[in-house]
Amino acid sequence: MKIVVCIKQVPDTNEVKLDPVTGTLIRDGVPSIINPDDKAGLEAALEIKEATGAEVTVITMGPPQADAVLREAMAMGADNAYLITDRAFGGADTLATSTTLAAAIKTMEYDMIITGRQAIDGDTAQVGPQISEHLDIPNVSYAEDIKVEGNTVIVKRQFEDRHHVVKVQMPCLITALGEMNKPRYMTPGGIFDAYRSKEVKIITRADLTVADEEIGLKGSPTKVAQSFPKSVKPAGTKVVLDAKDSADYIIEKLQEKFII
Amino acid sequence: MDFTLSKEHEMARTLFRDFAQKEVKPFAQEVDETEQFPTETTEKMKKLGFMGIPIPKEYGGQGCDTLTYAMCIEELSKVCGTTGVIVSAHTSLCAEPLKKFGTPEQKEKFLVPIANGTKLGAFGLTEPGAGTDASGQQTKAVLDGDEYIINGSKIFITNGKEADVYIVFAMTDKSKGTKGISAFIIEKGTPGFTFGTKEKKMGIRGSSTYELIFTDCRIPKSNLLGQEGKGFGIAMQTLDGGRIGIAAQALGLAAGALETTIAYVKERKQFGRSIAKFQNTQFELADMATKVEAARLLVYKAAVAKDTQKIFSVEAAMAKLFAAEVAMEVTTKAVQLHGGYGYTREYDVERMMRDAKITEIYEGTSEVQKMVISANIL
Repeated sequence: MKIVVCIKQVPDTNEVKLDPVTGTLIRDGVPSIINPDDKAGLEAALEIKEATGAEVTVITMGPPQADAVLREAMAMGADNAYLITDRAFGGADTLATSTTLAAAIKTMEYDMIITGRQAIDGDTAQVGPQISEHLDIPNVSYAEDIKVEGNTVIVKRQFEDRHHVVKVQMPCLITALGEMNKPRYMTPGGIFDAYRSKEVKIITRADLTVADEEIGLKGSPTKVAQSFPKSVKPAGTKVVLDAKDSADYIIEKLQEKFII
Repeated sequence: MDFTLSKEHEMARTLFRDFAQKEVKPFAQEVDETEQFPTETTEKMKKLGFMGIPIPKEYGGQGCDTLTYAMCIEELSKVCGTTGVIVSAHTSLCAEPLKKFGTPEQKEKFLVPIANGTKLGAFGLTEPGAGTDASGQQTKAVLDGDEYIINGSKIFITNGKEADVYIVFAMTDKSKGTKGISAFIIEKGTPGFTFGTKEKKMGIRGSSTYELIFTDCRIPKSNLLGQEGKGFGIAMQTLDGGRIGIAAQALGLAAGALETTIAYVKERKQFGRSIAKFQNTQFELADMATKVEAARLLVYKAAVAKDTQKIFSVEAAMAKLFAAEVAMEVTTKAVQLHGGYGYTREYDVERMMRDAKITEIYEGTSEVQKMVISANIL
């Protein structure tokens, strides 16, 4: 069994500070990390590897410095890594990104593709599902649990007020939630292997069968009208009451806010 | 000369820092307060390969180098001196002599489980009458057929009761002085091997420091490490490496106290402004940061020397001497900059200052390091 995990290098938003004058994000000197949802997806793939002997390949599209997240993934236990990098891919929106990633994945063997639900620097949640469309394979999003059963996958899928349990035929694409698991640490020896005995293979424009107008800035129909930092939710109030008083308390609060 | 760390060393440091902050720091105060060995944290470190960092993969280790190992001890000790010395004693004092002096059979039987974290290691040299003068060993080993019979006791043994495998030194021929000392591998559970007093210590209080007692303890002849009579050399060479681990622990304690103090002085307000605005604070921190960096350079240099030079005794001695003194000085200044709060157990610097003191004493006192260094330059 072969699993391809798509990961993205993102700035660690816990470390990003706001410029007090302009109100914009200061990204200089901010460490880069594997996007948390993607890291959970990688952990899920590595757990399947341990259980079934699957081969795990990680891919990322990005500038040459994205090499670091691929090495980190290998230091956690991924078998192979591909960096999809070329100036021609620059300026891509989600559509051009998914087109490029899908074109790269077409050059590989796969039974399952795992992506994160969304990236913490863009929050679109579009790339994973779009890849499945390009490849014409089923997609299960918002996965909280993944189990392999023969040539199918049982996915526990988060929904607003419930869970869906979906059985899907491989090959398929699954988008993973960060809450799904606690990703493992790298190992010291894994880090040394990732740099000294393993290789990050490079995929460039020339390696892909895709039209020029479908990639990079040209292939990006999205026009950003406005962007804004995520609003921070206040901590909220915690009350400890018995069941009846809790219900009364909730009703009272909802009435106060004219919700009911 | 290039002082830049390689990408793998940078990534390893990120791993160790991440682990220390998330898995070690939250329990450091409790470990100190309760004097409990941090079993759960140690189990996590065993699974992640932290217990065999500089040991080759063929012996169950991680196949990294001594610099990576030193960085691990440094990052752990930044938040918990106890955790730093658990890894240091296990690796430098048990895994390393097995790697260097063990037969292929001994490596297979003892080094592999030590390096892959299945078993914990310890080292027993010190006796009530043989501290700095390690040649005054009273513990005896007498060959009886295919077995050695060990009698005597060892004190102040790190990982004492928690370990599974011990490197123990004993006299096989008292008439030959240091040339009559031999090294042995002794397993926990061997009849005649028991534990005595648990030490109540000023610092590194979670570390399990015990007396080992051997009463007609019979071990197989095959557990002799190296040749008979070569034990003193094995002990001294092992301690050369051990000093790099302790130097890294001292460096971590100093660096941790510095980081904690930098955060504190920005928050603490007196006379209407943060105390970081006062020149006294700034100058003290500048001195502390400079000394920490100088200690780091000596420790890293010694770590690299261990992997590239046949003899690295002076490098290791200088690193330990300087880093230990910096640890004591920086942690003391950190307490001073914290004022009255720094003297309370609410604040980490109080523990760090207590932890730092031992680095000037164990695995060769500062005075012993000066003897090693001066013997080389005179």
